[in-house]
Amino acid sequence: MNNEHAVVVEGLTRRFGDFVAVDNISLDIRKGEVFGFLGPNGAGKSTTIKMLCGLLLPSEGKGVVGGFDIMRQSEEIKKHIGYMSQKFSLYEDLTVEENIDFFSGIYSVPAPKARERKEWVINMAGLGERRKAITGTLPGGFKQRLALGCAIIHEPPMLFLDEPTSGVDPISRRNFWKLIYDISHGGTTVFVTTHYMDEADYCDRLALIYRGKLIAEGSPNELKRDYMKRSVLEIEVDRPVEALDVLEKGGVEAAIFGSLVHATVESSDTAAVNIGNLLGQSGMVVTKIGKIEPSLEDVFVTLIETA
Amino acid sequence: MKFVRVRAVAKKEIIQIWRDPLSLTIAFLMPLIQLFIFGYAITFDINNINAVVYDRDRSYESRELVSEMSSSGYFSIIGHIDSYKEVDSYIDLNKAKVAVIIPEDFSKAIKTGRPAQVGVIIDGSDSNTATIADGYLNGIALQFSRRMSGVKIEPVIDIRSRVWYNPELKSRNFIVPGLIVVIMAVIVALLTSLTVAREWERGTMEQLISTPVKPAELIIGKLIPYFAIGLIDIIVALLAGVFWFGVPIYGSPLLLLALACIFMFGGVCTGIIISINAKGSQSVASQIALLSSFLPALLLSGFVFAISNMPVPLQIITYLIPARYFVTISKSIFMKGSGLETLMVETLLLTIYSAVVFAVAVKKFSKRID
Repeated sequence: MNNEHAVVVEGLTRRFGDFVAVDNISLDIRKGEVFGFLGPNGAGKSTTIKMLCGLLLPSEGKGVVGGFDIMRQSEEIKKHIGYMSQKFSLYEDLTVEENIDFFSGIYSVPAPKARERKEWVINMAGLGERRKAITGTLPGGFKQRLALGCAIIHEPPMLFLDEPTSGVDPISRRNFWKLIYDISHGGTTVFVTTHYMDEADYCDRLALIYRGKLIAEGSPNELKRDYMKRSVLEIEVDRPVEALDVLEKGGVEAAIFGSLVHATVESSDTAAVNIGNLLGQSGMVVTKIGKIEPSLEDVFVTLIETA
Repeated sequence: MKFVRVRAVAKKEIIQIWRDPLSLTIAFLMPLIQLFIFGYAITFDINNINAVVYDRDRSYESRELVSEMSSSGYFSIIGHIDSYKEVDSYIDLNKAKVAVIIPEDFSKAIKTGRPAQVGVIIDGSDSNTATIADGYLNGIALQFSRRMSGVKIEPVIDIRSRVWYNPELKSRNFIVPGLIVVIMAVIVALLTSLTVAREWERGTMEQLISTPVKPAELIIGKLIPYFAIGLIDIIVALLAGVFWFGVPIYGSPLLLLALACIFMFGGVCTGIIISINAKGSQSVASQIALLSSFLPALLLSGFVFAISNMPVPLQIITYLIPARYFVTISKSIFMKGSGLETLMVETLLLTIYSAVVFAVAVKKFSKRID
């Protein structure tokens, strides 16, 4: 542990019976950065975040969060972090203000400060008009921002967000990320899990988790550079699903991206010609084929296929 | 322990109860309904027990005794008989529950001041009615001898316990003090059993355990409002018992309230333990709470069935039931006017019980998910 790191963990493992949910994960998160923890559903993201927040005792491993031992000082950790769980977890039958007051009390924020923070949360969440509204009646985006506000009412140096944007519309998602940036610029370290690959580019650094194991780590650019030695071809074709089938039978690594097909190849120039021929022979109409900058999703798909 | 955290939890809990119609109903309506159902519908008073009289004396005094019986309203004299054989047939054919046999020397004994004996045969097949009929006869005999000024009359079977403290033989007088205990045990356990389970079920517990709140703070904060509700309920039950049902209270109502607080504290903590163990399921929690509070408080506390009449293993079990101590306390304060000095043992055991369940609740409450 040094002054530059907010989290350092080594060999973190969590078993539930025979099932290994998190397998020997090591992480170090620098102070003030937005650290993204990516992976599909069930990969072990929530289990990891719960261990870091002191909600779940690791089966093995060691480490510190905010200077406190994850095995022995979970209650100390809880004083210095904010945590927003995956489920919406405010009291639906309380009003906006009552929820804020409750968390102020629980984090023992002194009264004058609590008043100031309450106004800050209400402004941040855009709830000025609805401060007396019953929380359960608010639209999803507002609820989520209120939950964020309650999690940081005590201005913790570290914030843990477990899938904060799941089940929220795209515009609210983008707004939410803007809030995360604001909080991060204020000096707070943010650890955020998500299964939305497009959100990964918002993070300073990333770790990819798959089936409980860490499969890659680095900044978005590092990941694209280091793990994508091969090229990605984007193919526009009239029948993408059949095209995928044909490509895979022909020994080409491919995946569907919306209405397009992405193929990962060694050499883009010769491959483009080959693929064009392959699809043409199967009676499909290829309208466009070209090399593109790989997205993190491409990186992730490639990593999973080789994992 | 931080006061601000306890206060935050208590305040939140009060708001939630206030906005939840189900909780409010359980808290304030259910005790009243229970009180009125038990107070009116369930009564152990039995009227118009069929009786036959074999009057071998045929004197003024013997006729007076019979009219005393019939005017009491408890017995209806369905016939006068002339032999013991007829007693058998009346009782065997279930025509009469009670046969009263007045001996030939009844009036002579009264006049000479000797104890006069009256034979009473009671159909014991319905033991509850038998006990009650016996109690009534004792009461009537007592009244009759008082009227005959100084003359004693003794039925052959003699159970005095109930006559002693409840001379009017009104079952309401001993139902209400016991009922208060049952109501409190049920309300407190039922309400609190939901509180932790609800938080798991709705996902708010995960947020709560990620904060620095301590188990003791959370538990105390949560029990304060339920404790207050319990207190209001017992005051209402007490007032209804005394002023509506006219049940006399000979001891100090304040002492009863004070000891009720100890009893309730234990009940609230028990509810919380149930809630912790029923992680995530409110319905499981409420069912366990209902079973574990209502049945023992009703059946094993000495409220309905005398503990001394139970088989020994069951008697031993009753020592583990806090309602047992509080039923004793409540009945003693109501009917005997007992003070703290005579209730020391019960109070002490109740206090130990409450302290233990609080400690268990705090220990069982884990701030981890596993």
